[in-house]
Amino acid sequence: MLILKLLFRNIFRQRLRTFLTVLATTVAILAFGFLRTIIDAWYSGVEASSPARLITRNAISLTTPLPISYKDRIRKVKGVKEVSYGQWFGGIYISEKNFFPNFAVEAETFLQLYPEYIIKPEEKIAFLRDRKGCVAGRKVAEEFGWEVGDTIILKGTVFPGEWEFTVRAIYRGAGPKVDETQVFFHWDYINEGLKKTYPTRADHVGFFVVGINDPRRAAEISLEIDSLFKNSLAETLTETEKAFQLGFVAMTEAILITIKIVSIVLIIIILLIVANTMAMNVRDRLSEYATMKALGFNWPYISGLVLGESIMISLTGSLCGIVLTFPASKIFVDAMGTLLPVFYITAETLLLDLLIALCVGVLAGLLPALNAIGVPVQRALQRIG
Amino acid sequence: MSLFFTYNMRNLLTRRLATVITAAGMAFVVFVFSSVQMMAEGLKKTLVDTGSFNNLIILRKGSQAEVVSVVDRQKALIIETLPEIGISPEGILLSAKEHVVLINLYKKDGDKPSNVVIRGIDRASLLLRERVRLISGRMPLPGSTEIVVGSAIQKRFKGLSIGEKLRFGLREWTVVGIMDAGNTGFSSEIWADIDTLMQTFRRPFYSCIVFRLRNPQDFSSVKEKIEGDPRLGLMAKREVEFYREQSEVMARFLKILGNSLAIVFSIGAIIGAMITMYAQVANRIQDIGTLRALGFQKRDILMGFLIESIILSLVGGVVGLIFASLLQFLEVSTLNWQTFSELAFRFNLTLGISLKAIAFSLFMGILGGILPALRASRINIVEALRMG
Repeated sequence: MLILKLLFRNIFRQRLRTFLTVLATTVAILAFGFLRTIIDAWYSGVEASSPARLITRNAISLTTPLPISYKDRIRKVKGVKEVSYGQWFGGIYISEKNFFPNFAVEAETFLQLYPEYIIKPEEKIAFLRDRKGCVAGRKVAEEFGWEVGDTIILKGTVFPGEWEFTVRAIYRGAGPKVDETQVFFHWDYINEGLKKTYPTRADHVGFFVVGINDPRRAAEISLEIDSLFKNSLAETLTETEKAFQLGFVAMTEAILITIKIVSIVLIIIILLIVANTMAMNVRDRLSEYATMKALGFNWPYISGLVLGESIMISLTGSLCGIVLTFPASKIFVDAMGTLLPVFYITAETLLLDLLIALCVGVLAGLLPALNAIGVPVQRALQRIG
Repeated sequence: MSLFFTYNMRNLLTRRLATVITAAGMAFVVFVFSSVQMMAEGLKKTLVDTGSFNNLIILRKGSQAEVVSVVDRQKALIIETLPEIGISPEGILLSAKEHVVLINLYKKDGDKPSNVVIRGIDRASLLLRERVRLISGRMPLPGSTEIVVGSAIQKRFKGLSIGEKLRFGLREWTVVGIMDAGNTGFSSEIWADIDTLMQTFRRPFYSCIVFRLRNPQDFSSVKEKIEGDPRLGLMAKREVEFYREQSEVMARFLKILGNSLAIVFSIGAIIGAMITMYAQVANRIQDIGTLRALGFQKRDILMGFLIESIILSLVGGVVGLIFASLLQFLEVSTLNWQTFSELAFRFNLTLGISLKAIAFSLFMGILGGILPALRASRINIVEALRMG
């Protein structure tokens, strides 16, 4: 118990220095947790994907459409439960700054395939009955103050013109990982409009969502769907929803890697700061360690004293950082609005925070501890004078 | 003052470990700060350089990228009869109808596909893009299923060397040339003949029309003429302007990311400097006492320690900047959210970024040094001397 007492006394000896070090660690852990959560947000689409859903799209690229007639042929494939389809609409609400994903979908089947979008039954009926209706995510509705019954206008970028919608329903996510910033409306409505303006582009969809009975047969069914359209004008590429989402993540990998590198640099900086503090502490107390050695304390005891102090400092900083992560992320999420669909701190991130603090504590204390152990007793005592 | 300078330098050299650790912290911060800025700048520069100031691009009203734009054949004919369009010395009309499609290609490393731009080119397309040079092979013949590949794409994606065949749209396309366009978007594109391409994809319309102005000052009148014509429903932009807009979202995201990281990191570095400087002051109380007894003013002591901390941070800043400048040899490629297609670019270090980085390190040095320096200057002479 003496060692703990000594530890605490030592920590409070250089109060300002300890305080500053803890502060620096707090800030760094806070930032690290944030970066991790941003990376998680990148993968949120992957996390939220269901193994029982396949995405079929044009093999050329996602921007090339498929004819609507494919639906019935996909539906006939054995093991397919339900087929829905949709199209990235890319509409702008008032100004480009108000970004949120919006899709034209075949509403009834789409909502069946995505049970994680929870809608009140009466709102759902109202949405399905109104061809100009739309269903908005909770977050996006809150951001722009939409309520059921409001009319919103989206300016089309992919489909020219101004399109009017009535908010008929607001959906909530079944869990924190579900994106609540999307808006869905009826594909029929857009298609009818296209028939008037660009008849050649009508009756085409961006993607099919295929619900299957048995997730284990996903690979087989994908191949079978693709083989249906082999050598046709629009060949398809079918993959699980997860692979599809991972494809998106892979496309922006460069940025993801940058963020990952930055978070490693962050850890190095904490390490430097704590190591610096410990080096200075040990330097100040060399004569004390010499005295302890002279009194017969062995090297595990002395190194334990140094390492314990450094671990204590980094852990305190990390705990403060973890506690602050929650209010800070609340402010951040409110500020970002719909730009950040899912921002959700996982238990893994918090554990990682602690683990890093522990490693930093050990590594930062290592060299100073060696210094303390290796101090030549006689010379150090002479210095006291 | 020079006495103080040598005194400070010697102190920094004596306490080498603390100096190196603190300066290294600063160097990391400056490195991260400048590298993210360089990334944003590089992306922007690549896209801005892609356009030429005197080229105009005509797109469907409201479309943000070439891929979603539609220009019907009849409308294209109306545009091409504009008298303001330039003519080359050889007598070729400097106007190109182009078609842009995205296709999925697989990268050499890993099996994930990315979107690559295929541009159907017209007779004048190459003439309008001065930056594009054919580095090997030849251009595709009109009406053939031949393609030229941008150098950045050829390096990164599978199966794009001369003579190799690429399959898309139910056809086999032969690579007949490699083009290089320096650090511009065209290095990340594949070019094919427009008529073959449009037929392959059964798309009976153009994506955009690009033309050179005969007189650069005609811009606003031409723009008015095109956008005011109710038959067309098109918009005209300078090519540079169009490409700058395409870099906006990504560059802004990177800038915000870089700035917020820099702020957080700098807090860490400032605290690090503060800890070091406080320790320096505490270790040198006797020195300070002696200096004061010799007649140096409080102000001198304050300046002395402040200079020491500034030297520390400047060294860190310069080292960080040197490492960041090495990044310029690196080429990265990512999907541009706005165009939904792959774009290769280089980190770009501008004078502005360097100055900002140095100013930033100075700021960290001053902020980290001011409190410890103040404490040093307030030390009581008698007590300081008695400490010995």
